Amino acid sequence: MTTSRVDQTPGRKRGAGGTALTLLAWLIGITMFFPIFWVVMTALKTEQTAFSMTPTFIFSPTLESFRSALAQGSGYWHYAINSVITAFGSTLVGLALAIPAAYAMAFYPSRRTDFTLVWMVSTKFIPAVGVLIPVFLVYRSLGLLDTRLGLTMLFTSMNLPIMVWMVYSYFRDIPVDIVEAASIDGASTTQTMFRVILPLALPGLASTGLLALILAWNESFWSLTMTDYHAATLAVYTASFKSGEGLFWARLSAASVLTIAPIVVLGWFAQRQMVRGLTFGAVK
Amino acid sequence: MAIVELKGVAKRYDSAPGRKGNDHANAVEDFNLTTKDGEFVVLVGPSGCGKSTTMRMIAGLEHNTAGEIRINGKDVSNVEPRDRDIAMVFQSYALYPHMSVYHNMAFALELKKTPKDEVKQRVQEAARILDIEHLLDRKPRALSGGQRQRVALGRALVRQPQVFLMDEPLSNLDARLRVEMRAEITRLHRRLGVTTFYVTHDQTEAMTMGQRIVVMRDGRIQQIDTPYNLYERPVNRFVAGFIGTPSMNFLQADRQGDTLKGEGFSCPLNPRQQAALEGGGQRSRCWLGIRPEHLHQVEESGGRGRLEGVIEVIEPLGPVTMAQVRAGETLITAQLAAHLDVRIGDVLTLAFDPDHVHLFDIESDRTLGLEAYPATSSAQATA
Repeated sequence: MTTSRVDQTPGRKRGAGGTALTLLAWLIGITMFFPIFWVVMTALKTEQTAFSMTPTFIFSPTLESFRSALAQGSGYWHYAINSVITAFGSTLVGLALAIPAAYAMAFYPSRRTDFTLVWMVSTKFIPAVGVLIPVFLVYRSLGLLDTRLGLTMLFTSMNLPIMVWMVYSYFRDIPVDIVEAASIDGASTTQTMFRVILPLALPGLASTGLLALILAWNESFWSLTMTDYHAATLAVYTASFKSGEGLFWARLSAASVLTIAPIVVLGWFAQRQMVRGLTFGAVK
Repeated sequence: MAIVELKGVAKRYDSAPGRKGNDHANAVEDFNLTTKDGEFVVLVGPSGCGKSTTMRMIAGLEHNTAGEIRINGKDVSNVEPRDRDIAMVFQSYALYPHMSVYHNMAFALELKKTPKDEVKQRVQEAARILDIEHLLDRKPRALSGGQRQRVALGRALVRQPQVFLMDEPLSNLDARLRVEMRAEITRLHRRLGVTTFYVTHDQTEAMTMGQRIVVMRDGRIQQIDTPYNLYERPVNRFVAGFIGTPSMNFLQADRQGDTLKGEGFSCPLNPRQQAALEGGGQRSRCWLGIRPEHLHQVEESGGRGRLEGVIEVIEPLGPVTMAQVRAGETLITAQLAAHLDVRIGDVLTLAFDPDHVHLFDIESDRTLGLEAYPATSSAQATA
């Protein structure tokens, strides 16, 4: 009797704790998801319903706002192409720079490697606005304002520290013996990198690339300040719906949905890869 | 096949922390060795003695900071690992996880742009020798430790290198497999006749596999010799204690005429030993070394060496029984007959042949009268 009671008590406690944790997790999940849900809901409403002070959950959905946001003159495709070029471009260039840098630091560390890594990441501590004026002046002199190249360069340098750090930590998980075995087998540094190390670090590289892509896609500060129309991305497109004539909530929401949709869909498909990559070093 | 020469080779680390970093200022000092063509040389010593560093310098994975390394007369000190024509088996096997066994073994040949047919033929030949033909399509993660070890050997084998380097290749295997692979590597070496360096901290491996053994300590060579000579003619107390299982017993002894005496023991000296104690000035004290297998349980020692002590531990191993006996302050290990009729706490009388004992200088730990021991083959002692 006593034994069974003792056995049950912790079980009951664990059950209650588990339920509470599950509830808490749901609550946090719903809180985080709610703004997106609300934006999508608003995008499906008419301007009148969207503007109503009383929140409406039951309404007849309409795609009118999407039609309006995609209408000729809104330039959605122009902005979207810029977003694709700058986000993918900066990710590819970032990976091309981060991989050799991380490779050297992981497999041929020097006395200053740790310092260099910390210094690189510490550059992220500076708020972007702190360097706005020098960057703006340099860009103006070089004619890079409102160019895709200029924006791609900015996104690359913005994401590079975190990319180097991530790739470095994936490389560090690869035993150095493997690199040494390859060098004894006759592989040059480039051959070791491409034929041995990169295939092994592929999940990590994929999640690094995906993260860089998301960060570049969602970036708005530099897009809004350094571009006008030619190189403007979807962040500028969304902001353009905040007009002087007042806020058109449904149309703004539709524009927001159209801006985030591609990256959400991509993230959804790459979810498994992302989780695998992000836990690459944690679980052995 | 090749002759490998190491002349005054040294490795000094700055404080640069590599992933294989080592804090010792001098990891290896003044290492001199010339192998014979096709010789199997074992580097042995305790952790941190510099044996792996020496091997990594031969491989080119570490640069020697002094001296030169020659393979077949060519100085390779500044030559990249891939151009040294060596193959190495790592302790961790270091197989490429994303490649099949076949591609692991073929990798080096593919890099050299060897014709596909030849690659296939050489991989299959190596796989046949190592009995891993049925594993060629598998990935390393689907192999057992022993199989991985064979693949690592196979990867080295297909290269047909001038020199094989093996860095503790058996240390991750269980005891039974280790004994099997030990014999297999020895057979392979006999068959291929490739000059081989083998690093281990296990003196049994060293003794059973090496044609010559280099005993190292604190980055310095203590003795280079055949297994037999290391056992019979150790140059100092460290080598004497390191070679042989269980280790040699050491007792501090005082000379009284033609006898060495100490707490619980006495040992009559033969003329050779007397001369050894008198060489380089009279010595009244020395270390007396007796191997456990040279101690026998007796009622009366009858003119031989005699040791008496209280039994503290009895370990029956089947064919023999190990006993630890307290003689004064010193704990002595004795390898005795299988069926020992004694109990813990009993006083045990042990006898030993004075011709089998070793004498060491009390200060320098060097063997006394080493030159008087019968030499069995060429040996080099640096201690």
